[in-house]
Amino acid sequence: MAGTITEKIFSARCGKEVAAGEVIMAPISGAMIHDITGPLAIEKFYEMGGKKVFDPAKIIMLFDHQVPADSLNAAEIQKNMRIFAKEQGIHNYDIKEGVCHQVTLEKGRVCPGDIVIGSDSHTCMYGAVGAFATGVGSTDMGFALRYGCLYFRIPESIRADVTGKFQKRVGAKDLILNIIKDITVDGATYKAVEFTGDTIGSLNMPGRMTCCNMAIEMGGKAGIVPPNRVTKEYLSGRCTCRDESLVSDPDAVYASWRNYDVSDLVPQVAVPHNVDQVVDVTDIAGTHVDQVFIGSCTNGRFEDLMEAAEVLGDKKFSDEVRVLVIPASKAEYLKALRAGIIEQFVEAGALVEAPCCGPCMGGSFGLIASGEVSFSTSNRNFKGRQGSAEGKVFLGSAATAAATAIYGEITDPREVR
Amino acid sequence: MRTWKFGDNIDTDAIIPGRFLTINDAAELATHAFEGIRDEFSKEAKEGDIIVAGRNFGCGSSREHAPLALTGAGIQMVIAESFARIFYRNSINVGLLPVICPQASEITEKDQVIPHLNEGFLEVSGKKMPTEPVPEFLRRIIDAGGLVAYAKTIRSEDLCTK
Ligand code: SF4
Repeated sequence: MAGTITEKIFSARCGKEVAAGEVIMAPISGAMIHDITGPLAIEKFYEMGGKKVFDPAKIIMLFDHQVPADSLNAAEIQKNMRIFAKEQGIHNYDIKEGVCHQVTLEKGRVCPGDIVIGSDSHTCMYGAVGAFATGVGSTDMGFALRYGCLYFRIPESIRADVTGKFQKRVGAKDLILNIIKDITVDGATYKAVEFTGDTIGSLNMPGRMTCCNMAIEMGGKAGIVPPNRVTKEYLSGRCTCRDESLVSDPDAVYASWRNYDVSDLVPQVAVPHNVDQVVDVTDIAGTHVDQVFIGSCTNGRFEDLMEAAEVLGDKKFSDEVRVLVIPASKAEYLKALRAGIIEQFVEAGALVEAPCCGPCMGGSFGLIASGEVSFSTSNRNFKGRQGSAEGKVFLGSAATAAATAIYGEITDPREVR
Repeated sequence: MRTWKFGDNIDTDAIIPGRFLTINDAAELATHAFEGIRDEFSKEAKEGDIIVAGRNFGCGSSREHAPLALTGAGIQMVIAESFARIFYRNSINVGLLPVICPQASEITEKDQVIPHLNEGFLEVSGKKMPTEPVPEFLRRIIDAGGLVAYAKTIRSEDLCTK
Protein backbone atom coordinates (compact mmCIF):
# COMPACT_ATOMS: atom_id res chain seq x y z
CA MET A 1 0.00 0.00 0.00
CA ALA A 2 1.33 3.42 -0.91
CA GLY A 3 1.98 5.66 2.04
CA THR A 4 3.08 9.13 3.05
CA ILE A 5 6.23 9.39 5.09
CA THR A 6 4.02 9.81 8.16
CA GLU A 7 2.01 6.66 7.44
CA LYS A 8 5.22 4.76 6.79
CA ILE A 9 6.72 5.83 10.13
CA PHE A 10 3.64 4.61 12.00
CA SER A 11 3.54 1.36 10.03
CA ALA A 12 7.20 0.68 10.74
CA ARG A 13 7.02 1.51 14.44
CA CYS A 14 3.74 -0.32 15.05
CA GLY A 15 4.77 -3.36 13.07
CA LYS A 16 1.73 -3.37 10.85
CA GLU A 17 0.42 -1.50 7.87
CA VAL A 18 -1.62 1.53 8.96
CA ALA A 19 -3.12 4.46 7.10
CA ALA A 20 -4.33 7.99 7.77
CA GLY A 21 -7.51 8.14 9.81
CA GLU A 22 -6.76 5.02 11.85
CA VAL A 23 -6.35 5.31 15.58
CA ILE A 24 -3.53 3.31 17.05
CA MET A 25 -1.63 2.88 20.26
CA ALA A 26 1.92 3.57 19.09
CA PRO A 27 5.23 3.25 20.92
CA ILE A 28 7.16 6.40 21.78
CA SER A 29 10.78 6.69 20.68
CA GLY A 30 11.39 9.73 22.82
CA ALA A 31 9.68 12.24 25.10
CA MET A 32 10.59 15.73 26.25
CA ILE A 33 9.21 17.66 29.21
CA HIS A 34 10.02 21.18 30.40
CA ASP A 35 9.42 23.45 33.36
CA ILE A 36 5.94 24.63 32.34
CA THR A 37 4.07 21.50 31.38
CA GLY A 38 6.33 18.97 33.06
CA PRO A 39 5.04 19.35 36.62
CA LEU A 40 1.48 18.48 35.62
CA ALA A 41 2.72 15.54 33.55
CA ILE A 42 4.56 14.19 36.56
CA GLU A 43 1.48 14.67 38.71
CA LYS A 44 -0.62 12.75 36.18
CA PHE A 45 2.01 10.02 35.93
CA TYR A 46 1.64 9.42 39.66
CA GLU A 47 -2.15 9.72 39.56
CA MET A 48 -2.19 6.96 36.97
CA GLY A 49 -0.35 4.76 39.43
CA GLY A 50 3.06 5.30 37.87
CA LYS A 51 6.10 4.31 39.88
CA LYS A 52 8.90 3.99 37.35
CA VAL A 53 8.87 5.69 33.96
CA PHE A 54 8.76 3.30 30.98
CA ASP A 55 12.35 3.93 29.94
CA PRO A 56 14.41 6.72 31.48
CA ALA A 57 16.86 6.66 28.57
CA LYS A 58 14.11 7.79 26.20
CA ILE A 59 13.01 10.78 28.26
CA ILE A 60 14.65 14.16 28.65
CA MET A 61 13.87 17.05 30.90
CA LEU A 62 15.01 20.63 30.77
CA PHE A 63 14.07 24.08 31.95
CA ASP A 64 13.81 26.94 29.51
CA HIS A 65 10.60 28.90 29.95
CA GLN A 66 11.26 30.60 33.25
CA VAL A 67 14.99 30.42 33.76
CA PRO A 68 16.90 31.10 35.79
CA ALA A 69 13.90 30.72 38.11
CA ASP A 70 12.20 34.09 37.98
CA SER A 71 9.76 33.56 40.83
CA LEU A 72 9.43 31.47 43.93
CA ASN A 73 6.83 29.33 42.18
CA ALA A 74 9.22 28.65 39.31
CA ALA A 75 11.99 27.77 41.75
CA GLU A 76 9.80 25.28 43.61
CA ILE A 77 8.63 23.68 40.38
CA GLN A 78 12.15 23.27 39.12
CA LYS A 79 13.27 21.85 42.44
CA ASN A 80 10.55 19.20 42.34
CA MET A 81 11.33 18.31 38.76
CA ARG A 82 15.00 17.87 39.60
CA ILE A 83 14.03 15.43 42.32
CA PHE A 84 11.83 13.49 39.89
CA ALA A 85 14.63 13.30 37.31
CA LYS A 86 17.09 12.00 39.90
CA GLU A 87 14.70 9.41 41.27
CA GLN A 88 13.77 8.18 37.83
CA GLY A 89 17.20 8.35 36.24
CA ILE A 90 16.01 10.77 33.56
CA HIS A 91 18.58 13.00 31.90
CA ASN A 92 17.96 16.54 33.08
CA TYR A 93 19.68 19.28 31.09
CA ASP A 94 18.32 21.68 33.69
CA ILE A 95 18.81 25.38 32.87
CA LYS A 96 22.14 24.88 31.20
CA GLU A 97 21.44 24.05 27.59
CA GLY A 98 18.75 26.30 26.21
CA VAL A 99 15.35 26.09 24.54
CA CYS A 100 13.82 22.61 24.66
CA HIS A 101 13.32 21.94 20.96
CA GLN A 102 16.71 23.19 19.91
CA VAL A 103 18.40 21.15 22.62
CA THR A 104 16.44 17.97 21.87
CA LEU A 105 17.62 18.01 18.26
CA GLU A 106 21.13 19.18 19.03
CA LYS A 107 21.69 16.38 21.49
CA GLY A 108 20.75 13.80 18.89
CA ARG A 109 17.61 12.80 20.74
CA VAL A 110 15.57 12.47 17.56
CA CYS A 111 16.28 10.27 14.55
CA PRO A 112 14.53 9.93 11.20
CA GLY A 113 11.60 7.57 11.53
CA ASP A 114 11.11 8.14 15.25
CA ILE A 115 7.79 8.89 16.91
CA VAL A 116 8.55 11.59 19.45
CA ILE A 117 6.32 13.60 21.74
CA GLY A 118 6.94 16.66 23.82
CA SER A 119 4.63 18.42 26.23
CA ASP A 120 4.98 21.56 24.14
CA SER A 121 3.15 22.49 20.98
CA HIS A 122 6.29 23.27 18.97
CA THR A 123 7.54 19.71 19.32
CA CYS A 124 6.56 19.48 15.64
CA MET A 125 9.98 21.07 14.99
CA TYR A 126 11.66 17.64 15.21
CA GLY A 127 10.10 16.76 11.88
CA ALA A 128 13.09 18.67 10.49
CA VAL A 129 15.10 15.45 10.78
CA GLY A 130 12.38 13.27 9.29
CA ALA A 131 10.73 12.11 12.50
CA PHE A 132 7.06 12.19 13.37
CA ALA A 133 6.94 14.56 16.31
CA THR A 134 3.97 16.19 17.95
CA GLY A 135 3.05 18.25 20.96
CA VAL A 136 0.80 16.76 23.61
CA GLY A 137 -0.74 17.96 26.84
CA SER A 138 0.43 17.00 30.29
CA THR A 139 -2.05 14.17 30.89
CA ASP A 140 -1.13 12.49 27.61
CA MET A 141 2.51 12.97 28.57
CA GLY A 142 1.89 11.44 31.99
CA PHE A 143 0.35 8.44 30.25
CA ALA A 144 3.30 8.13 27.88
CA LEU A 145 5.83 8.44 30.71
CA ARG A 146 4.14 5.58 32.42
CA TYR A 147 3.33 3.24 29.52
CA GLY A 148 5.75 4.24 26.76
CA CYS A 149 3.00 4.55 24.23
CA LEU A 150 0.08 6.76 23.34
CA TYR A 151 -3.06 6.85 21.23
CA PHE A 152 -2.51 8.55 17.92
CA ARG A 153 -4.89 9.22 15.11
CA ILE A 154 -2.65 8.88 12.09
CA PRO A 155 -2.95 12.19 10.26
CA GLU A 156 -3.58 12.87 6.62
CA SER A 157 -0.84 14.96 5.08
CA ILE A 158 -0.72 18.25 3.26
CA ARG A 159 2.17 18.39 0.87
CA ALA A 160 3.93 21.73 0.52
CA ASP A 161 6.19 21.51 -2.50
CA VAL A 162 8.68 24.35 -2.66
CA THR A 163 10.81 25.37 -5.62
CA GLY A 164 12.90 28.38 -6.62
CA LYS A 165 15.86 30.22 -5.15
CA PHE A 166 15.46 32.73 -2.33
CA GLN A 167 16.39 36.36 -2.99
CA LYS A 168 19.04 37.87 -0.76
CA ARG A 169 17.81 38.39 2.83
CA VAL A 170 14.75 36.24 2.25
CA GLY A 171 14.65 32.77 3.78
CA ALA A 172 12.88 29.98 5.59
CA LYS A 173 10.93 32.24 7.97
CA ASP A 174 9.51 34.23 5.08
CA LEU A 175 8.62 30.99 3.34
CA ILE A 176 6.80 29.47 6.28
CA LEU A 177 4.91 32.70 7.00
CA ASN A 178 3.85 32.72 3.36
CA ILE A 179 2.72 29.09 3.58
CA ILE A 180 0.73 29.82 6.75
CA LYS A 181 -0.92 32.77 5.02
CA ASP A 182 -2.02 30.35 2.30
CA ILE A 183 -3.07 27.41 4.48
CA THR A 184 -4.46 29.65 7.30
CA VAL A 185 -4.31 29.19 11.07
CA ASP A 186 -6.52 26.13 11.10
CA GLY A 187 -6.06 24.84 7.56
CA ALA A 188 -3.81 21.99 8.67
CA THR A 189 -5.68 20.99 11.83
CA TYR A 190 -5.14 17.27 12.55
CA LYS A 191 -2.82 17.00 9.57
CA ALA A 192 0.88 16.56 9.00
CA VAL A 193 2.52 19.14 6.77
CA GLU A 194 5.14 17.53 4.59
CA PHE A 195 7.68 19.94 3.12
CA THR A 196 9.24 18.77 -0.14
CA GLY A 197 10.71 20.10 -3.37
CA ASP A 198 14.15 21.26 -4.49
CA THR A 199 14.19 24.31 -2.23
CA ILE A 200 13.53 22.19 0.83
CA GLY A 201 15.93 19.48 -0.33
CA SER A 202 18.76 22.00 -0.34
CA LEU A 203 17.57 24.00 2.67
CA ASN A 204 19.91 23.82 5.66
CA MET A 205 18.83 22.21 8.91
CA PRO A 206 18.11 25.50 10.75
CA GLY A 207 15.77 26.51 7.93
CA ARG A 208 13.99 23.16 8.07
CA MET A 209 13.59 23.57 11.81
CA THR A 210 12.01 27.00 11.29
CA CYS A 211 9.50 25.55 8.83
CA CYS A 212 8.57 22.48 10.89
CA ASN A 213 8.43 24.56 14.08
CA MET A 214 5.58 26.61 12.69
CA ALA A 215 3.47 23.72 11.36
CA ILE A 216 1.41 24.05 14.55
CA GLU A 217 0.58 27.64 13.58
CA MET A 218 -1.61 26.16 10.84
CA GLY A 219 -3.08 23.72 13.32
CA GLY A 220 -0.72 20.99 12.08
CA LYS A 221 -0.13 17.90 14.15
CA ALA A 222 3.35 17.59 12.71
CA GLY A 223 5.70 19.12 10.19
CA ILE A 224 8.07 16.81 8.39
CA VAL A 225 10.92 17.01 5.91
CA PRO A 226 12.03 13.78 4.23
CA PRO A 227 15.58 13.15 5.40
CA ASN A 228 18.40 13.49 2.87
CA ARG A 229 22.10 14.29 2.69
CA VAL A 230 21.62 17.52 4.70
CA THR A 231 19.90 15.56 7.48
CA LYS A 232 22.59 12.93 7.47
CA GLU A 233 25.32 15.53 7.83
CA TYR A 234 23.49 17.18 10.70
CA LEU A 235 22.95 13.90 12.51
CA SER A 236 26.43 12.50 12.06
CA GLY A 237 28.09 12.47 15.42
CA ARG A 238 24.79 13.18 17.15
CA CYS A 239 22.99 9.87 16.84
CA THR A 240 23.13 6.56 15.10
CA CYS A 241 20.03 6.33 13.04
CA ARG A 242 18.18 3.40 11.66
CA ASP A 243 16.55 4.81 8.56
CA GLU A 244 17.76 7.81 6.69
CA SER A 245 16.06 7.12 3.40
CA LEU A 246 12.44 7.60 4.39
CA VAL A 247 10.31 9.14 1.70
CA SER A 248 6.65 9.16 0.74
CA ASP A 249 5.64 6.78 -2.01
CA PRO A 250 5.04 8.48 -5.37
CA ASP A 251 1.39 7.48 -5.30
CA ALA A 252 0.77 8.34 -1.64
CA VAL A 253 -2.54 10.04 -0.97
CA TYR A 254 -2.52 13.66 0.25
CA ALA A 255 -5.32 15.76 1.70
CA SER A 256 -4.01 18.54 -0.48
CA TRP A 257 -0.93 19.39 -2.47
CA ARG A 258 0.28 22.98 -2.63
CA ASN A 259 3.08 24.45 -4.70
CA TYR A 260 5.21 27.40 -3.72
CA ASP A 261 7.85 29.21 -5.73
CA VAL A 262 10.12 31.37 -3.60
CA SER A 263 11.88 33.17 -6.48
CA ASP A 264 9.81 36.33 -6.07
CA LEU A 265 9.14 36.01 -2.36
CA VAL A 266 9.86 39.20 -0.39
CA PRO A 267 10.35 39.37 3.40
CA GLN A 268 7.09 38.44 5.10
CA VAL A 269 5.64 39.79 8.34
CA ALA A 270 2.77 38.39 10.40
CA VAL A 271 0.76 41.27 11.84
CA PRO A 272 -1.34 41.13 15.04
CA HIS A 273 -3.04 39.01 16.23
CA ASN A 274 -3.07 35.87 14.09
CA VAL A 275 -0.13 34.11 12.50
CA ASP A 276 -1.87 33.88 9.11
CA GLN A 277 -2.28 37.66 8.90
CA VAL A 278 0.80 37.88 6.75
CA VAL A 279 1.84 40.80 4.56
CA ASP A 280 4.88 41.79 2.52
CA VAL A 281 7.26 43.83 4.65
CA THR A 282 6.88 46.67 2.17
CA ASP A 283 3.18 46.95 3.09
CA ILE A 284 3.88 47.86 6.69
CA ALA A 285 7.36 49.37 6.53
CA GLY A 286 7.51 52.39 8.82
CA THR A 287 5.44 50.92 11.66
CA HIS A 288 6.95 52.05 14.96
CA VAL A 289 8.25 49.36 17.33
CA ASP A 290 9.30 49.51 20.99
CA GLN A 291 11.03 46.17 21.34
CA VAL A 292 12.78 43.74 19.02
CA PHE A 293 13.34 40.15 20.08
CA ILE A 294 15.76 37.97 18.14
CA GLY A 295 15.63 34.45 19.51
CA SER A 296 13.30 31.49 20.29
CA CYS A 297 13.12 27.94 18.99
CA THR A 298 11.91 29.34 15.67
CA ASN A 299 14.80 31.66 14.89
CA GLY A 300 17.38 31.77 17.66
CA ARG A 301 20.07 29.72 15.98
CA PHE A 302 23.55 30.80 14.93
CA GLU A 303 22.45 31.19 11.31
CA ASP A 304 19.69 33.58 12.39
CA LEU A 305 22.02 35.59 14.58
CA MET A 306 24.50 35.70 11.70
CA GLU A 307 21.80 36.95 9.37
CA ALA A 308 20.95 39.70 11.86
CA ALA A 309 24.62 40.58 12.30
CA GLU A 310 25.09 40.92 8.55
CA VAL A 311 22.19 43.33 8.29
CA LEU A 312 23.50 45.24 11.29
CA GLY A 313 27.06 45.64 9.99
CA ASP A 314 28.76 48.48 11.83
CA LYS A 315 25.52 50.33 12.52
CA LYS A 316 23.87 50.82 15.90
CA PHE A 317 20.40 49.84 17.03
CA SER A 318 17.94 52.70 17.43
CA ASP A 319 17.89 54.40 20.84
CA GLU A 320 14.13 54.15 20.71
CA VAL A 321 14.12 50.35 20.71
CA ARG A 322 14.90 47.76 23.33
CA VAL A 323 16.70 44.97 21.53
CA LEU A 324 16.84 41.52 23.13
CA VAL A 325 19.02 38.86 21.58
CA ILE A 326 18.69 35.38 23.05
CA PRO A 327 20.51 32.47 21.41
CA ALA A 328 18.37 29.31 21.35
CA SER A 329 20.98 27.16 23.05
CA LYS A 330 24.37 27.11 24.66
CA ALA A 331 25.88 25.58 21.53
CA GLU A 332 24.42 28.31 19.32
CA TYR A 333 25.52 30.94 21.84
CA LEU A 334 29.07 29.66 21.75
CA LYS A 335 29.15 29.67 17.97
CA ALA A 336 27.96 33.28 17.97
CA LEU A 337 30.45 34.24 20.65
CA ARG A 338 33.32 32.71 18.72
CA ALA A 339 32.21 34.44 15.53
CA GLY A 340 32.36 37.76 17.37
CA ILE A 341 28.77 38.70 16.67
CA ILE A 342 27.67 38.77 20.30
CA GLU A 343 30.12 41.60 20.81
CA GLN A 344 28.74 43.27 17.72
CA PHE A 345 25.18 43.07 19.13
CA VAL A 346 26.22 44.39 22.52
CA GLU A 347 28.19 47.24 20.97
CA ALA A 348 25.16 48.13 18.87
CA GLY A 349 23.03 48.43 21.99
CA ALA A 350 21.35 45.02 22.38
CA LEU A 351 20.82 43.13 25.59
CA VAL A 352 22.13 39.60 25.07
CA GLU A 353 20.57 37.10 27.44
CA ALA A 354 21.52 33.52 28.22
CA PRO A 355 19.68 30.81 26.22
CA CYS A 356 16.00 30.49 27.20
CA CYS A 357 12.54 31.26 25.83
CA GLY A 358 12.65 34.85 27.04
CA PRO A 359 9.78 37.11 25.96
CA CYS A 360 8.43 34.48 23.56
CA MET A 361 6.22 32.89 26.18
CA GLY A 362 5.20 36.13 27.82
CA GLY A 363 5.62 34.80 31.30
CA SER A 364 9.16 35.56 32.21
CA PHE A 365 11.15 38.69 31.39
CA GLY A 366 11.08 41.11 28.49
CA LEU A 367 7.33 41.69 28.52
CA ILE A 368 5.72 44.54 26.62
CA ALA A 369 3.40 47.09 28.20
CA SER A 370 -0.03 48.21 26.99
CA GLY A 371 0.16 50.07 23.71
CA GLU A 372 3.66 48.81 23.00
CA VAL A 373 4.77 47.03 19.86
CA SER A 374 7.15 44.10 19.65
CA PHE A 375 8.84 42.80 16.54
CA SER A 376 9.83 39.23 17.17
CA THR A 377 11.50 36.31 15.37
CA SER A 378 9.39 33.84 17.36
CA ASN A 379 6.27 32.05 16.23
CA ARG A 380 3.17 33.57 17.85
CA ASN A 381 1.65 37.02 17.71
CA PHE A 382 -1.44 36.24 19.78
CA LYS A 383 -2.94 38.97 21.90
CA GLY A 384 -0.98 39.08 25.15
CA ARG A 385 1.59 36.53 24.01
CA GLN A 386 4.50 38.77 25.00
CA GLY A 387 2.92 40.66 27.86
CA SER A 388 0.01 43.08 27.81
CA ALA A 389 -3.09 42.07 25.86
CA GLU A 390 -3.13 45.72 24.80
CA GLY A 391 0.25 45.31 23.12
CA LYS A 392 1.02 44.17 19.60
CA VAL A 393 3.41 41.54 18.28
CA PHE A 394 4.72 41.35 14.71
CA LEU A 395 6.63 38.30 13.49
CA GLY A 396 9.36 38.08 10.91
CA SER A 397 12.85 36.82 10.14
CA ALA A 398 16.03 37.70 11.99
CA ALA A 399 17.11 39.84 9.02
CA THR A 400 13.87 41.85 9.15
CA ALA A 401 14.14 42.09 12.94
CA ALA A 402 17.66 43.49 12.73
CA ALA A 403 16.69 46.01 10.07
CA THR A 404 13.72 47.01 12.20
CA ALA A 405 15.89 47.39 15.29
CA ILE A 406 18.27 49.72 13.48
CA TYR A 407 15.56 52.17 12.47
CA GLY A 408 13.01 51.70 15.24
CA GLU A 409 10.35 50.97 12.67
CA ILE A 410 9.52 47.95 10.56
CA THR A 411 12.12 47.95 7.81
CA ASP A 412 12.74 45.87 4.71
CA PRO A 413 16.12 44.19 5.31
CA ARG A 414 16.90 44.41 1.59
CA GLU A 415 16.97 48.19 1.96
CA VAL A 416 19.71 48.18 4.58
CA ARG A 417 23.18 48.72 3.16
CA MET B 1 -26.66 28.84 33.50
CA ARG B 2 -24.99 31.44 31.40
CA THR B 3 -23.59 31.23 27.88
CA TRP B 4 -20.26 32.95 27.30
CA LYS B 5 -19.75 33.78 23.66
CA PHE B 6 -16.33 34.07 22.03
CA GLY B 7 -15.17 34.46 18.43
CA ASP B 8 -12.78 32.56 16.17
CA ASN B 9 -9.20 31.50 16.97
CA ILE B 10 -9.41 31.92 20.73
CA ASP B 11 -5.88 30.87 21.64
CA THR B 12 -4.51 29.34 24.80
CA ASP B 13 -2.66 32.56 25.66
CA ALA B 14 -6.07 34.26 25.74
CA ILE B 15 -7.56 31.50 27.89
CA ILE B 16 -4.68 31.59 30.36
CA PRO B 17 -1.74 33.96 29.80
CA GLY B 18 1.80 32.61 30.00
CA ARG B 19 2.63 34.47 33.18
CA PHE B 20 0.28 32.25 35.22
CA LEU B 21 1.65 28.89 34.16
CA THR B 22 3.50 28.21 37.37
CA ILE B 23 0.04 27.72 38.85
CA ASN B 24 -1.18 24.14 38.54
CA ASP B 25 -4.38 24.32 40.57
CA ALA B 26 -7.57 24.56 38.50
CA ALA B 27 -9.44 26.87 40.90
CA GLU B 28 -6.50 29.26 41.16
CA LEU B 29 -5.91 29.22 37.42
CA ALA B 30 -9.58 30.09 36.97
CA THR B 31 -9.06 33.41 38.72
CA HIS B 32 -6.92 34.43 35.73
CA ALA B 33 -8.94 32.86 32.91
CA PHE B 34 -9.32 35.24 29.95
CA GLU B 35 -7.45 37.90 31.90
CA GLY B 36 -6.96 41.02 29.79
CA ILE B 37 -9.32 39.62 27.15
CA ARG B 38 -12.55 39.33 29.09
CA ASP B 39 -11.98 40.29 32.68
CA GLU B 40 -15.52 39.69 33.93
CA PHE B 41 -15.28 35.99 33.10
CA SER B 42 -13.22 35.00 36.12
CA LYS B 43 -15.48 37.00 38.42
CA GLU B 44 -18.86 35.98 37.08
CA ALA B 45 -18.52 32.49 35.59
CA LYS B 46 -20.52 29.91 37.54
CA GLU B 47 -20.70 26.16 37.78
CA GLY B 48 -22.45 24.80 34.71
CA ASP B 49 -21.92 27.83 32.47
CA ILE B 50 -21.16 27.06 28.84
CA ILE B 51 -18.61 28.60 26.50
CA VAL B 52 -19.62 28.99 22.87
CA ALA B 53 -17.06 29.91 20.24
CA GLY B 54 -16.33 29.94 16.53
CA ARG B 55 -13.55 28.19 14.69
CA ASN B 56 -10.27 26.84 16.03
CA PHE B 57 -10.96 27.27 19.74
CA GLY B 58 -7.89 26.62 21.90
CA CYS B 59 -5.25 27.07 19.22
CA GLY B 60 -1.68 27.58 20.28
CA SER B 61 0.16 26.01 23.11
CA SER B 62 -0.13 22.53 24.60
CA ARG B 63 -0.68 23.98 28.07
CA GLU B 64 -3.24 21.89 29.88
CA HIS B 65 -3.61 24.89 32.14
CA ALA B 66 -6.09 26.19 29.55
CA PRO B 67 -8.81 23.53 29.87
CA LEU B 68 -8.00 23.31 33.59
CA ALA B 69 -8.61 27.03 34.07
CA LEU B 70 -12.02 26.57 32.46
CA THR B 71 -12.95 23.57 34.60
CA GLY B 72 -11.76 25.56 37.61
CA ALA B 73 -14.25 28.27 36.65
CA GLY B 74 -17.05 25.70 36.61
CA ILE B 75 -17.24 25.25 32.84
CA GLN B 76 -18.05 21.68 31.87
CA MET B 77 -18.62 22.17 28.18
CA VAL B 78 -17.22 24.23 25.34
CA ILE B 79 -19.23 24.32 22.13
CA ALA B 80 -17.35 25.47 19.05
CA GLU B 81 -17.42 25.21 15.29
CA SER B 82 -14.02 23.58 15.49
CA PHE B 83 -11.21 23.04 17.98
CA ALA B 84 -7.45 23.08 17.80
CA ARG B 85 -6.13 19.55 18.10
CA ILE B 86 -4.14 19.64 21.33
CA PHE B 87 -6.78 21.60 23.20
CA TYR B 88 -9.48 19.16 22.08
CA ARG B 89 -7.56 16.17 23.35
CA ASN B 90 -6.43 17.91 26.54
CA SER B 91 -10.02 18.86 27.31
CA ILE B 92 -11.19 15.28 27.08
CA ASN B 93 -8.25 14.14 29.18
CA VAL B 94 -9.09 16.53 32.00
CA GLY B 95 -12.86 16.14 31.85
CA LEU B 96 -13.93 19.25 29.96
CA LEU B 97 -16.31 18.30 27.19
CA PRO B 98 -15.51 19.84 23.78
CA VAL B 99 -18.57 19.77 21.54
CA ILE B 100 -18.22 20.41 17.82
CA CYS B 101 -21.29 22.15 16.43
CA PRO B 102 -20.93 23.57 12.91
CA GLN B 103 -23.61 26.17 13.67
CA ALA B 104 -22.07 27.30 16.97
CA SER B 105 -21.54 30.83 15.69
CA GLU B 106 -25.30 31.29 15.45
CA ILE B 107 -25.71 30.78 19.19
CA THR B 108 -25.98 34.03 21.18
CA GLU B 109 -25.47 34.76 24.86
CA LYS B 110 -29.23 35.08 25.25
CA ASP B 111 -29.87 31.55 24.05
CA GLN B 112 -30.81 28.73 26.34
CA VAL B 113 -28.64 25.75 25.33
CA ILE B 114 -29.71 22.23 26.27
CA PRO B 115 -27.32 19.52 25.08
CA HIS B 116 -28.62 16.16 23.83
CA LEU B 117 -25.23 14.77 22.97
CA ASN B 118 -26.14 11.12 22.77
CA GLU B 119 -28.78 12.04 20.25
CA GLY B 120 -26.27 14.28 18.45
CA PHE B 121 -27.83 17.71 18.77
CA LEU B 122 -28.15 20.85 20.87
CA GLU B 123 -31.46 22.44 21.63
CA VAL B 124 -30.79 26.15 21.27
CA SER B 125 -33.80 28.16 22.44
CA GLY B 126 -36.02 25.50 20.92
CA LYS B 127 -34.02 25.12 17.71
CA LYS B 128 -32.11 21.92 16.89
CA MET B 129 -28.44 22.20 15.96
CA PRO B 130 -26.54 19.02 15.06
CA THR B 131 -23.29 18.17 16.83
CA GLU B 132 -20.48 15.99 15.56
CA PRO B 133 -19.83 12.65 17.24
CA VAL B 134 -16.66 12.16 19.28
CA PRO B 135 -14.23 9.57 17.84
CA GLU B 136 -14.70 6.18 19.44
CA PHE B 137 -11.39 5.97 21.33
CA LEU B 138 -11.98 9.37 22.87
CA ARG B 139 -15.53 8.41 23.79
CA ARG B 140 -14.08 5.66 25.96
CA ILE B 141 -11.88 8.20 27.75
CA ILE B 142 -14.84 10.52 28.28
CA ASP B 143 -16.96 7.65 29.59
CA ALA B 144 -14.22 6.67 32.02
CA GLY B 145 -14.12 10.27 33.31
CA GLY B 146 -10.83 11.40 31.79
CA LEU B 147 -7.52 9.83 30.87
CA VAL B 148 -6.33 9.25 34.44
CA ALA B 149 -9.39 7.18 35.24
CA TYR B 150 -9.19 5.47 31.87
CA ALA B 151 -5.56 4.54 32.41
CA LYS B 152 -6.55 2.57 35.47
CA THR B 153 -8.84 0.38 33.35
CA ILE B 154 -6.33 -0.25 30.62
CA ARG B 155 -5.25 -3.82 29.90
CA SER B 156 -1.64 -4.64 29.15
CA GLU B 157 -2.58 -6.09 25.76
CA ASP B 158 -3.90 -2.67 24.76
CA LEU B 159 -0.45 -1.23 25.16
CA CYS B 160 2.21 -1.22 22.50
CA THR B 161 5.76 -0.82 23.65
CA LYS B 162 7.90 -2.14 20.83
S1 SF4 C 1 10.93 29.72 22.51
FE1 SF4 C 1 8.77 30.23 22.57
S2 SF4 C 1 7.75 28.79 21.21
FE2 SF4 C 1 9.82 28.00 21.63
S3 SF4 C 1 9.53 26.59 23.34
FE3 SF4 C 1 10.05 28.59 24.20
S4 SF4 C 1 8.08 29.59 24.61
FE4 SF4 C 1 7.69 27.87 23.23
